[in-house]
Amino acid sequence: MPSQPRAPLLRMSKAAMPHDCNHAHQGSRAVTPRIDMPRPEFTSRTPVLLVLWPLLAAIAVSSCAPSTPVAGQVELLNVSYDPTRALYEDINQAFAADIRSRSGVEVVISQSHGGSAKQARSVLDGLEADVVTLALGHDIDALAANQLLAADWQTRLPHNSAPYTSTVVFLVRKGNPQRIQDWPDLVRAGVGVVTPNPKTSGGARWNYLAAWSYAMRQPGADETRALAFVAALFANVRVLDSGARGATTTFVERGIGDVLLAWESEALLARDELGAGAFDIVMPSLSILAEPTVAVVDRVSARHGTEAMARQYLEFLYTPAAQEIIARHHYRPRDPQVAARHAGQFPELQLVSIADLGGWEAAHRAHFADGASFDRIYLK
Amino acid sequence: MTATATNSISRWRVSGSLPGFGPSLGYTLLYLSLIVLIPLAMILLRASELGLDAFIAKVSSPRALASLRISFGCALIAAAINMPIGLLLAWVISRYPFPGRRLVDALIDLPIALPTAVAGIALTALYARNGWLGQWLAPLGIELAFTPAGIVIALVFVGLPFVVRTVQPVLQDIEHEQEEAAESLGATPLQTFVRVSLPTIAPALLTGFALAFARGVGEYGSVIFIAGNMPMISEITPLLIVTQLEQYDYAGATALALVMLLGSFALLLLINSLQAWLAHRGRR
Amino acid sequence: MIGPDRRYRIARSALILGALSVAGLFLVLPLLIVLSGAIAKGWSLYLASISEPDALAALRLTLTVTAIAVPLNLVFGVVAAWCIAKFEFPGRSALITLIDLPLAVSPVISGLIYVLLFGAQGLLGPWLGEAGFRVIFAVPGIVLATIFVTFPFVARELIPVMQAQGRDHEEAALSLGASGWQTFWRVTLPNIKWGLLYGVILCNARAMGEFGAVSVVSGHIRGKTNTLPLHVEILYNEYQHTAAFAVASLLVLLALLTLVAKTWVEARAHRDRHPDPIVQPDEELP
Repeated sequence: MPSQPRAPLLRMSKAAMPHDCNHAHQGSRAVTPRIDMPRPEFTSRTPVLLVLWPLLAAIAVSSCAPSTPVAGQVELLNVSYDPTRALYEDINQAFAADIRSRSGVEVVISQSHGGSAKQARSVLDGLEADVVTLALGHDIDALAANQLLAADWQTRLPHNSAPYTSTVVFLVRKGNPQRIQDWPDLVRAGVGVVTPNPKTSGGARWNYLAAWSYAMRQPGADETRALAFVAALFANVRVLDSGARGATTTFVERGIGDVLLAWESEALLARDELGAGAFDIVMPSLSILAEPTVAVVDRVSARHGTEAMARQYLEFLYTPAAQEIIARHHYRPRDPQVAARHAGQFPELQLVSIADLGGWEAAHRAHFADGASFDRIYLK
Repeated sequence: MTATATNSISRWRVSGSLPGFGPSLGYTLLYLSLIVLIPLAMILLRASELGLDAFIAKVSSPRALASLRISFGCALIAAAINMPIGLLLAWVISRYPFPGRRLVDALIDLPIALPTAVAGIALTALYARNGWLGQWLAPLGIELAFTPAGIVIALVFVGLPFVVRTVQPVLQDIEHEQEEAAESLGATPLQTFVRVSLPTIAPALLTGFALAFARGVGEYGSVIFIAGNMPMISEITPLLIVTQLEQYDYAGATALALVMLLGSFALLLLINSLQAWLAHRGRR
Repeated sequence: MIGPDRRYRIARSALILGALSVAGLFLVLPLLIVLSGAIAKGWSLYLASISEPDALAALRLTLTVTAIAVPLNLVFGVVAAWCIAKFEFPGRSALITLIDLPLAVSPVISGLIYVLLFGAQGLLGPWLGEAGFRVIFAVPGIVLATIFVTFPFVARELIPVMQAQGRDHEEAALSLGASGWQTFWRVTLPNIKWGLLYGVILCNARAMGEFGAVSVVSGHIRGKTNTLPLHVEILYNEYQHTAAFAVASLLVLLALLTLVAKTWVEARAHRDRHPDPIVQPDEELP
């Protein structure tokens, strides 16, 4: 069926190609004048397509030309981590309205979301972020190490430049069939744990540090025992997803494991919106104070001339209006009045901060660098 | 034209009579260099920052070796599985009219069109313990999702179109006369297939194998959803590369990438040489 | 005579059945998962998901990138296949292998190499940055990464087809006095059109569906540098599973469009049954 156009040629070739190459060659000289070869007009359909396509491409590209900024309008790019899309959508609207009412300036904020370290790497490699709002200070430190912003960035805004906090909690199946109450229950035989990989997920580093901090605060604890504890915990891990949201999906949708280690905000979201009525949240006796940090990227915003607006944007995060939005998105607000209004959602528990662990640089070297404590779990 | 022909006949014994060798090779090499070779050279450049000792330590750590074994092993198994089922699909689609043939033909490209993450999600949804297929397999003690077998399933999925689509055009263009002649001489269909059809499609089949393997060995998006990603058991090398990048260790990431690249190149070169030999023999 | 005939028919049915079950297991079921996920919450949500501004911007970007990448790789594929399949020269297998290589490079790396080349810390990046030229985290970077991942498709489809056909037809045409271009347009191209078509279909599908490499160079700016697959991931990570599957089904639909085009070309081939004007009556040939 497909060989229609070829069939006649086959006849020709059989007639014209006698026995060997030489012969054919002589034959060709004899035949040439007698063959009425048409000029290479593009009669076949394929070449037409070939010529048309780049033309269409050119049209498509020109129609996709980037929009030029309008006068009196300020554009900001907020490069953030994965789960904050909905949060910043609301924040951006509120901020734009606030600025418009006060100065008449139109602010357009573009959002970019992805894994925290991957986003920081993109900014390092030239993604023009005016502000970064990442899952952990370590990723912003990496930007500071490359002179994209000042080394003392974390002191420039209140509360360690973390306008909201969260903590690590346990999400268990409805009714808590495995009776999981605290960290020691996670190392019991037969308990399936789901957590993302701390090496690939910024959020998961908080999970790991929470477990470690618990182990280090037990009577007679030392680093060896703490390592044995986290090793026993990770021996119970069924699936090590690369990102926090992937881990939640594995636990919620695929039904793997008995307990998910998750940020409180993610656990509340999963309990209330994903699988309403199918999960319970368990607060461990001790957890970690997760502080997602924000900063203006000095070098980029200076080039864009957006420093003032970028700073205003981040300061806005600390206003009661923004703190209310933050609380609605299940993050623990810093503002005491807003926090009091949402106290029912955020029970008190003993929290360890990253400063107690010696800061991010030390924590990274001790736990997440190549050959550090997390790697040693898997190398017997 | 005669002059060129004679000239090249003396240089390339068989390729003499066709024009355009020089320009086409030149364009091929130029485009290849701009798009592939120069950018890939960046891997070598960045990996060389490590120094030999650190490089060897990085790529010969137990984690790295285990991940390489898993990546290459699963890709080879998946490509091997894809050969018979890809041939079967290509054969049936291009030879037998049956209801729904066009639909099946259209679906072949699905694994390529589907973003790998979606493929991973869909396959995990199928094979997880509570999935459409997994719930029937779980009571039998067969767990596919979140095990190395899950990696193979994902790679069979992403590699399948390559085998089908390389074999299909050859099957469509094959001269039916030879097969018909063989059958009229009393050969059974199976004999005809093994003696007449298979030698003709073998080079294309091998190409399909090479492509399916190549596609599988570096695959990331679909695998991470279904693999379980447990270190030493179901952790693929691309995931380790991402791990290095998450620590801002570009040199470490490119070191692992370089090992994968060299391994893939060696294996592909082997397959392609075999393919060239088969094709050459087939033409004789 | 009835015996072998019946056995042949049984074998044929068995093969068809086998192919159908393989297709069902590996192709239809995953597709059903996507489609059932897409319409799980009704058609209105489905339509809303694919007509949302961010989805449309992603669709436009995906089509743009595909429209640039596919023709470039198409031309390269034909040229490369011509020189590899029609000539024999030392290092041919190595050349084929180099063409295959982008397929074996992990998508993470295929994006990264362009970042290492054009990024702010890259080899050419700072210099390009001063010239006001942005490659990474903009459309050119996405196009480059897409060309890279779809690089081998057309060439690799054509090489086996051209090899299987050999050189006889072209040599005959040349010996009859056709020029090189004439031979290519009138003899080679019709012969390879199926391989070409499959190559373009694969290339097209992969260009639209590529996720990993594009994800590295895109910057994920919503409404600006998000392609459809990236948009799917964002939606999935937002737990908007229905919307994610809906947008994914859009990609499947786009890929199927190329197959509709293929069917159309097939139908035309059937209609154009008249012999080509090149061929003069046989008796004129010596």
